[in-house]
Amino acid sequence: MTRLDVEAARAPQELRSGAPSARPAGATSAAAGPDPAVPRPGPGATPRRPGRILLWLPAAIAVLVVSLLVSLTIGPAQITVAEIVGSAWHHVLAWLHGLGLGVDVPPNPLTEIRDAIIWSGRAPRLATGAFVGAGLALCGGVMQAITRNPLADPYLLGVSSGAALGAVAVLLLGLGLALPVAAFGGALLALGATLALAGLGGRLSPNRTVLAGIAVAQACSALVSFTIFAGARGDAYREIINWLMGSLAGRTWASVAIAGIATVVIGVVLLGFGRTLDAFAFGDTSAASLGVHVVRTRWVLLTLTALLTGALVSVSGAIGFVGLVLPHVVRLLIGGRHLRLLPVAAFGGATFLIWADTAARTVFAPQEVPVGILTAAIGAPVFAWLLVRSRRTA
Amino acid sequence: MSGAPDATVTVADLWASELRYRINAAEILGGVDVSVRAGQITGVLGPNGSGKSTLLRLIVGALVPSSGHVHLLGRDVARVGRRERARQVAFVEQEAHAEVDLPVRDVVLLGRTPHRPVFSGDSATDLDLVESTLRRAGALELADRAYATLSGGEKQRVQMARALAQTPRVLLLDEPTNHLDVAAQLQALTLVREVAAAGTGVLMAIHDLAHAAAVCDDVLVLHEGLVVAAGPPREVLTPGLIAAVYGVHAEWVDGEHGAALVFSPLRGEGTAHHHRAMLAESLRR
Repeated sequence: MTRLDVEAARAPQELRSGAPSARPAGATSAAAGPDPAVPRPGPGATPRRPGRILLWLPAAIAVLVVSLLVSLTIGPAQITVAEIVGSAWHHVLAWLHGLGLGVDVPPNPLTEIRDAIIWSGRAPRLATGAFVGAGLALCGGVMQAITRNPLADPYLLGVSSGAALGAVAVLLLGLGLALPVAAFGGALLALGATLALAGLGGRLSPNRTVLAGIAVAQACSALVSFTIFAGARGDAYREIINWLMGSLAGRTWASVAIAGIATVVIGVVLLGFGRTLDAFAFGDTSAASLGVHVVRTRWVLLTLTALLTGALVSVSGAIGFVGLVLPHVVRLLIGGRHLRLLPVAAFGGATFLIWADTAARTVFAPQEVPVGILTAAIGAPVFAWLLVRSRRTA
Repeated sequence: MSGAPDATVTVADLWASELRYRINAAEILGGVDVSVRAGQITGVLGPNGSGKSTLLRLIVGALVPSSGHVHLLGRDVARVGRRERARQVAFVEQEAHAEVDLPVRDVVLLGRTPHRPVFSGDSATDLDLVESTLRRAGALELADRAYATLSGGEKQRVQMARALAQTPRVLLLDEPTNHLDVAAQLQALTLVREVAAAGTGVLMAIHDLAHAAAVCDDVLVLHEGLVVAAGPPREVLTPGLIAAVYGVHAEWVDGEHGAALVFSPLRGEGTAHHHRAMLAESLRR
């Protein structure tokens, strides 16, 4: 077989030894042939890949911190970064002093009103936005991986429509529950309906799940629309529309706690599935051959992302585009491996939503725009640009 | 062929006994025995729909058998964890999905999934294995390409490198020459031979009987979910069996590269009926 000669020329050592040989890493270029006489670059040539996360993750964190500080200063009251940092330092030391530690508490550089503008107004709103943005980006990345559908987003299982139904029940029908509780309850009901519908045939396939989610979402949306049409007047109408499009206006530290705990706890668990999510790249059979329990993994991940999404929607409404676009943007920048993709997407999502919300409260000030409009307005062109760019380089 | 290994000869790395698979009432596989020995290539033959892919999926754990057992290195895989199984058994699917948006290196690194703890990055061993398996598969020059831009033959080689990066004892291949041009087919089969020569047991579903005869140590012929013949290809692939299973006339022809199979259409309906009747008779026994 003459092909053998070609193969022999391609990899002489393998044929001679007949066994897999451990080789020094580093022969990265196609030009570096297998000739052992040619000195190869040392092992330093390959660590290009772990290096990328070491570059991107700190960069994403730094951008988030700067964004938080800068956006805290933006608004009708002129407050500088130095005053905010000084005031934060004052509160930390005052708290330590209150614990009985003998520390000197420096004076607060902010007056009482300006202090309240920052710590009761802007800060909880920003922190809620950061956690919601991070959580939505995480959920979107996970959903796109387990459904193998690039159009998947956190609301795929009808969670947001279920939450909207819960919210409408409170705002329009006078259900005696706190809004976030009702919204979360609605989200759980929708999730249960979707999974029950998708799992009726036994196996939870991606396509069945997506279709079941669409059915549940449509049913909930119809109910929401009918309720609004039949009963909403004036303020209630504006409030429900605001909630449906997603808004961070008037969020308190309670919202921060809900979004923060949900995002951090579920986010860490989702990160633990990073390698498992990679294994889904070539489909269920391939994932199973790599040691993944496909059905169980899909149930667990769908449930976790839906719980997180439900918690986020209950504090902010259904903010669109973050969960869909952020994972794609980060994938185009740093590649598709989830142990890198998910954390960077989370910090990116936080930063993105902070700036979108800052724009939402300032661009048409004193009028507020629902932040969902802004995320779409910023996200769509960015996404289009990245698509064009990836077409050129691929 | 007996499913149980003959202890006096060699113990098979992997053997399956009485594997059955049903979807509702339809029996896809009806009690199949197969064994894979270190360094040997076992071919799984049979027409479309005879159960070849199902057999491989049952062995790799992507499907759960309705009954029967798979034994890996002497242990029932039902008692072996999924990750442990994936460290010993690798699978290259027939279809190389085109729309996967990963660089070639990341695709090969997927083979390390069962070897790495959940939160860890890639170890030096992982990165070394990417280089060495890409080299073994003749795909090192593709290392920095995007997987989606590769040709069918190139994807096949990268998938082989990915499977080898799992460092398996047993390699399962589903139609490794499908959709490839003749040069890429020979290249793929040469690689399979090299992998077996290095000590890995190979179980390969394959359509091309001539290729099977040329590279396999043993073959297993499936027909409608049942094994109708098993053994060395020269003994199994008789004109009578091929006529009965595939409905074509086959002949062994001695050439300068050894014996090869030559096919032609069956002449006369009676012949095919006759062979089918014989096959049905042999299945009843």
